[in-house]
Amino acid sequence: MYPSRFRYEAPHSLDEAIGLLHDGGDYAKVLAGGQSLVPLMKLRFASPELVVDINNIPGLGYHRADPDGTLRIGALCRHAELERSDLLKGTQPAMAAAAPLIADPIVRNRGTLVGSLCHADPQGDWASVVLSLGGSVVAQGPSGRRMIPLAEFVLGPFENALRPDEIAVEAVIPPAKGARAGGYLKLERRVGDFATVGVAVSVETSGETVTRAGIALTGVGGATIAATEAAQALVGKPLSAESIGTAADLAAAAAQPRTDHRGSAEYKRHMVRTFVERILSRSDHAAERAA
Amino acid sequence: MTMVYEDRGDDAAGAVPMRRIKFTINGEKKVAEVEPRLLLSHLIRRGVGLTGTHMGCDTTNCGACTVLVDGQAVKSCTMLAVQVDGRAVETVEGLAAASELHPLQEGFKQEHGLQCGFCTPGMMMAAKALLARNPDPTEEEVRWALSGNLCRCTGYQNIVKSVLWAAAKLRSE
Repeated sequence: MYPSRFRYEAPHSLDEAIGLLHDGGDYAKVLAGGQSLVPLMKLRFASPELVVDINNIPGLGYHRADPDGTLRIGALCRHAELERSDLLKGTQPAMAAAAPLIADPIVRNRGTLVGSLCHADPQGDWASVVLSLGGSVVAQGPSGRRMIPLAEFVLGPFENALRPDEIAVEAVIPPAKGARAGGYLKLERRVGDFATVGVAVSVETSGETVTRAGIALTGVGGATIAATEAAQALVGKPLSAESIGTAADLAAAAAQPRTDHRGSAEYKRHMVRTFVERILSRSDHAAERAA
Repeated sequence: MTMVYEDRGDDAAGAVPMRRIKFTINGEKKVAEVEPRLLLSHLIRRGVGLTGTHMGCDTTNCGACTVLVDGQAVKSCTMLAVQVDGRAVETVEGLAAASELHPLQEGFKQEHGLQCGFCTPGMMMAAKALLARNPDPTEEEVRWALSGNLCRCTGYQNIVKSVLWAAAKLRSE
């Protein structure tokens, strides 16, 4: 399969890339890891006239924590780097759990977290994780940078809030106000498949009390779902079997699964409940590879 | 590489955007004129003429087309040829020395790691990247590293054994 014909530019600076996008208008696409874009172009679901490859722009491959604990993930930080990151293992349990579950190891060598957020696939894993953490995307355009909370960044299936001449240069995860726990569990038919059901849970605790909670769902609706009421049920009290049960029920109620070849709607809803309980009940919140 | 286009009596062929790229493949320096939409897998197979890199699913699933770019395993059907400009590509043909099999190839032979052989080049290249990073992997780590490569014959048991065999051989060298 071949993509349809396009013009290719590989600029060496962000300014140059933004200039190219500005001139290219609606028919330009940014190429980072290419693990979603190239297949889409081969299948002719995407036929951009201009592809702006940002892989030659230096300084975008980082992930690092600011002194206050804010985590920043650059546009060219590959899944594989996040999978091997000690920083994530120590400070970001949900992200550390999700990284090894993205696609397969070879795809993870190329694909990027920021690209995954931009792709806005309802079955994408990172959007749920970043949503559960209250994260944002930094967009850079001709008039500067703006920060877009993920809840406003993902507009719908495969649709993001970037303007045609903006590049998503960074994802930002705010610092935890106390201890951070959580996880990501994904039900998949085989390695590398899209999620049948994915659940991201992030909680912050001060002493025993939960001060902030986020729950987000993958693959059980037309877009990534923020289970806000479910998360709210955890806040202001210690985690208990009762609060976990309530949150799990509310998360299952927030899911909008459809019966398809991956499973029935009832089954998927049941798995949402199970995953929320499992993540929150586990004393060890370390990365868990598979459901 | 030479590309042939339909002459429809219009300017379309003349407007084809071409780029000149330089890269190395298995250590040999190459220059190619490529259209940006050419995939790396096609550059390798049809441009350079190295057909050991197989095209399986063509949809980023099977891993048969796995090659190394600057030492990292990538699915060559999901990378544009223009993206290897200035980079080093390694394919299965680069494994063996003139008269000697690479320990991975030897391992696949010793442990019967292949039946039809279609997935084998991709398996070996993914394994090569693993062993460069982790010379003494556990069975679990081998399985995890090969989880982006599909085999429809072996059931994977002997492939995993082959890679562990090669790892032991490489460590003893």
